[in-house]
Amino acid sequence: MRTLRIVAVALAAVASAGLAWAAFVPPRVESHDELFEIPKGTYARRMAGDKVEILPSRIDLALGLNDHLLLRNLDDVPQQFGPVLVMPGQSFRLPFEVASTYSFDCTAHASGQMTIVVAEAPATPWDRIRWRWNRMRTKIHA
Amino acid sequence: MSASRWLLAAALAGACTLAAAGDPTPIGLKAGAFDPPQAAAEFPDGVRATDAGAARLARWRGKVVLLVFGFTHCPAVCPTTLATLAEARRLLGADAAALQVVYVTVDPERDDLAHVRAYLAGFDRSFVGATGEPQALALLRKRYGVTAQKVPAADGGADYAMSHSTSIYLIDRAGRLRALMPFGHSAADFAHDVRQLQALR
Repeated sequence: MRTLRIVAVALAAVASAGLAWAAFVPPRVESHDELFEIPKGTYARRMAGDKVEILPSRIDLALGLNDHLLLRNLDDVPQQFGPVLVMPGQSFRLPFEVASTYSFDCTAHASGQMTIVVAEAPATPWDRIRWRWNRMRTKIHA
Repeated sequence: MSASRWLLAAALAGACTLAAAGDPTPIGLKAGAFDPPQAAAEFPDGVRATDAGAARLARWRGKVVLLVFGFTHCPAVCPTTLATLAEARRLLGADAAALQVVYVTVDPERDDLAHVRAYLAGFDRSFVGATGEPQALALLRKRYGVTAQKVPAADGGADYAMSHSTSIYLIDRAGRLRALMPFGHSAADFAHDVRQLQALR
């Protein structure tokens, strides 16, 4: 019983420390780029009837962190994303400096729209936790 | 061919590719940048400029070109963009001489040369307009990934609007498509990027 209590206290301490880190340590990123790659063969897959979606219909960015949208076309044909035509082997890097919601027409999405939500860098403990949580979810789903 | 010749050929090919790409696109542009930059698509036959005969990008080599697609009946986006670009020219001062704004209509049905010329003169007399055969303009839009669609009037009348891409294409002095500026940027942002591109080989 005592061992169980010690384990529970240790787990609670670790969880508290993790939460405190997530809340109070400002997030840092290795790169400002939020990268989306169009793999080789995407066009062929689309032509074969596959529904290939490279970009989600909504992308969340944060100023000072992941505030550059980077599209890289590894396919053999040009790829259109919103207003941007990216040639084979080419990249397109779009920086954002203003927090806002940007909507682009995008035929690659069923909605016909692509939305990029650019938020201020998370400044409060709650914002930092939320930013880290969303970031983790995005990485898991990628 | 010996291995050394192959290496020499590969090195020359690489050098040619680098030379074609010119200087790398500067980091810190306000616009979205293409990497590597590629030659901007030339205007097809059948597109005419308001200041001369055929509209050709090659005419403006040596200048940075800001390429805009729109239509003169546009109620908000085009006037805002053109006013912003006129202001950017003023901010550039003497450097504006090495800048050419080119406005291509997506509505040739209503935008003939005279109409586009008169419209642009309301913003800046240095702006050049382009219009022409619908098929040629459609081909040009396709080359740049520009979309344009006729939107019938809500009251069912003969009038119509055009839904169109609103980004501006930035082409360097050597005719390479370097960047794309989404709608909504300030004149200062355009002036900043134009200066950066003017400094490139």
